[in-house]
Amino acid sequence: MHEFNEPFFTAWQLVAGADARLGDIVLLSLRVSLAATLIACVAGMPIGALLAVGRFPGRRVLIVLFNGLMGLPPVVVGLLVYLLLSRAGPLGRFGLLFSPTAMVIAQAVLVTPIVTALTRQVIADEWTEYREQLRSLGASRTRAAATLLWDGRFSLSTAALAGFGRAIAEVGAVMIVGGNIDGVTRVMTTTIALETSKGDLPLALALGLILISLVLAINAVAYALRGWAQRHWG
Amino acid sequence: MSTPAWLAVDRLSLTEGGTRIIDGVSLQLGAQRTVVLGPNGAGKSTLLRLIHNLLHPSSGELRWARVLSQAMVFQRPVMLRTTALANVIYGLKLKGFTATESARRAQQALLRVGLEQLAKRPARLLSGGEQQRVALARAWALEPELLILDEPSASLDPASTREVERTINAIAASGTRILMTTHNLGQARRLAEEIVFIDGGCIAEQTPVAEFFQSPRTSAAKRFLEEETP
Repeated sequence: MHEFNEPFFTAWQLVAGADARLGDIVLLSLRVSLAATLIACVAGMPIGALLAVGRFPGRRVLIVLFNGLMGLPPVVVGLLVYLLLSRAGPLGRFGLLFSPTAMVIAQAVLVTPIVTALTRQVIADEWTEYREQLRSLGASRTRAAATLLWDGRFSLSTAALAGFGRAIAEVGAVMIVGGNIDGVTRVMTTTIALETSKGDLPLALALGLILISLVLAINAVAYALRGWAQRHWG
Repeated sequence: MSTPAWLAVDRLSLTEGGTRIIDGVSLQLGAQRTVVLGPNGAGKSTLLRLIHNLLHPSSGELRWARVLSQAMVFQRPVMLRTTALANVIYGLKLKGFTATESARRAQQALLRVGLEQLAKRPARLLSGGEQQRVALARAWALEPELLILDEPSASLDPASTREVERTINAIAASGTRILMTTHNLGQARRLAEEIVFIDGGCIAEQTPVAEFFQSPRTSAAKRFLEEETP
């Protein structure tokens, strides 16, 4: 029993003592995943809104495609981005492989379909309610999409959150394009994978605890925000 | 018809999924205030949506004496998640008014429907009656030549209904043509100059309001009045 408890105890000491190595890893994780989520929202939300209200050839195919890509395996995304960024690849001359930028790119690719598909769902629901009124007022479809994006801003926080949750929790993509280099591209998930295989359970556990707390905390904030928005704006 | 028609509806039909919702409607609209009456599912709302260009007819056409600027108020007011004032401003901005002009007109419109004190309140948290008056203000601010209303007080209490009717009267008095549906016969009597009675997607009769309620020309209208009158 003692042996089972010990890693937890050491993990707690690392967290409580604000271990510097731990801090760096957590910060890099946050930076990479937040940047990736931001890019995914900027790209995915307008696309999702246009898929919801637009009428153009290929719309249905795109909807099915984005819904399908929600389940994209991170290692496959990692591999594709690796091929793009590797020395011989089309973007090889920028020398981005094994850098945090490469990790941001990979996670953005992974998360954009999630944000897009969830946004489309939210906006499509709004569109059924607003459609006639917006058309009556003379809003073009592009304008309607923009209006609904703003009007659905609180519901859309869920889409952003789902994207962030996916990004911060995945291992495969950042492992391949980041390389898990100590002090440079090592994030929470890759460290957990490495330390566990090396047998250093305390650090892995400490990171695991932080990761779970972080995800729970962000969800709690988002839940509170939606509740506030519901009371304040209806 | 003493007044010349501003809209001639010519053999208008709409078929959806094999059902004829509007079935060869021909109609001359010339009155300033017209109320469309008819049983549920007669095609009243559909006819208004065709005239407002929200739906496209399967056949037939609308011939306007000249193109009229339009606005429409729906049964359930649709409010954006912003203030009452910003909801009115939104419609004005879409019509190309500048920000300052939109704000000025919107404030004036809310004043006219008696909601100026609620201008800064979140629109979706207002009561149903207040929301419908914001919707009326949003339509009125555009100063349309034709205002179409689809059962504007269907889900409102008597006090809100009176306010809505007062506003519709004021809009009509400012020169706007009114074309509306209602289930409230008292309301039709109070607001209409002319009644268009529609049954099964066809126009049954078009009669001045006093005559319609005293002695409707068709048996369908007679039956409808007997059933609807408590």
